[in-house]
Amino acid sequence: MTNANRDRLIPNPARRRLVAAALALPVSVAARTGGAAFGEPLRVAAAADLKYALTDLVQRFEAQERVAVRLTFGSSGQIATQIRQGAPFHLFLSADERFALDLAEEGRTEGKGGVYAQGRIALALPPGSPLKADGTLADLGQAIGDGRLKRLAIANPEHAPYGERARQALIHAGLWEAIQPFLVFGENVAQALQFALSSAQGGIVSLSLVKAPPVQQQLGGFDLIPAQWHTPLIQRLVVVRGAPPAAHALAAFVFGPTGRAILAAYGFLPPEG
Amino acid sequence: MEWPALLLSLELAAVTLLILLPIGLWGGRWLAYHSFPGRAVVEALLFLPLVLPPTVLGYYLLVMLGTAAPLGRWLQETLGVTLVFHFSGLVIASILVNLPLMVPVLQRSFEAIDPELRLAAEVIGLPAWRIFWQVELPLVWRTLVSASVITFIHTLGEFGVVLMVGGNIPGETRTLSIAIYDRVQAFDLASADAMAFLLLALSLGAVTLSFALAKRGAP
Repeated sequence: MTNANRDRLIPNPARRRLVAAALALPVSVAARTGGAAFGEPLRVAAAADLKYALTDLVQRFEAQERVAVRLTFGSSGQIATQIRQGAPFHLFLSADERFALDLAEEGRTEGKGGVYAQGRIALALPPGSPLKADGTLADLGQAIGDGRLKRLAIANPEHAPYGERARQALIHAGLWEAIQPFLVFGENVAQALQFALSSAQGGIVSLSLVKAPPVQQQLGGFDLIPAQWHTPLIQRLVVVRGAPPAAHALAAFVFGPTGRAILAAYGFLPPEG
Repeated sequence: MEWPALLLSLELAAVTLLILLPIGLWGGRWLAYHSFPGRAVVEALLFLPLVLPPTVLGYYLLVMLGTAAPLGRWLQETLGVTLVFHFSGLVIASILVNLPLMVPVLQRSFEAIDPELRLAAEVIGLPAWRIFWQVELPLVWRTLVSASVITFIHTLGEFGVVLMVGGNIPGETRTLSIAIYDRVQAFDLASADAMAFLLLALSLGAVTLSFALAKRGAP
């Protein structure tokens, strides 16, 4: 191979650019991690029923306190597991207080936190759904028999509180056994709603998601399920041990008048029920 | 479009590629020229991530590196490092996932070099580093670029491992594919559309470029 040939294959400017890129990259990474250490953003993990309500609430908090907040949503059980595995969350808002209290008992939180709301479940229907919202799930029972129901979405009852409550409500209505072949499970309640409105005839999800404006546009109708049909969804917030002071500030904001008003607007009941 | 997610994915892809380049070159070359007992096992292990479900790889990483695991706890207590749910964990996972796209590919390329060419270079007294730089590298150059492009784009789109090991923390572990998944759940299809189309276009471009390089390299 001649020199000229070789030089065409690896042109010098290309080599120089490669070296420059190699030098620049670690610098950019260092800048990113260093920047994070300066004013560390607040990392909040929340149950997926808060997807819209908390996003709203945190926007107000950020404007008022000038703190950057990073929101992660998932099922409460999944988040609790991630915290045990070392996920660096500062604040955890659980749709079922059991998951928060378990972490508190394990000594992973600063105290037991507090209850910020109670949740409700609802049957959500896509536009043009063959199901009817009749307030009793009676029509759902009939739809199983007459073939109108193909799929009903709920969150995974194993680790998602709303999935567990949907299961309880279906047991109460006497439909749990019959509806088994029709169930499709979302990883969390937000995904269950997405399934319900995009590819199923309906789903049992949280009222807080149904009330959110982006969901309202996609919704055909909904039906609140009586609170007596399931154990209460007591929603508890805990500050994870070692969290910065801003975590306590956000917790106070959630419990304060603004926080309460926003949560109420999304259909959450006050802590006392 | 979620710009922080795009930026994070680009950064992850770049860091992964930068670490894999020397590993791929050195490892591929070494495997091409050396024969040793258990070589087949090493080659199989390097290829494994390609057929292993990403969630399985993610699961083992999580189980080994999580703070509930002995290794993970040791790392945290002695070095103060938590790899899971952190960018560094994503880098480790991406390197493992992309090993088969770099090392075996480059190995084939080094194996294809005519041994007489290297012999001739040795005979005229070229030092080893010049043989590598002036004889071998120009011959594997196209493969190197093509493997790098595929690795880079593949990392941009990786989902299973990232979700298992990284969670979904905005600006830290929420990559482009996780953001697409998240936006769909939030009924924000406009945003999901834009990101999905970007990945589609980039992937198509990468494969096209890689094929074009392979054709030009053929005799």
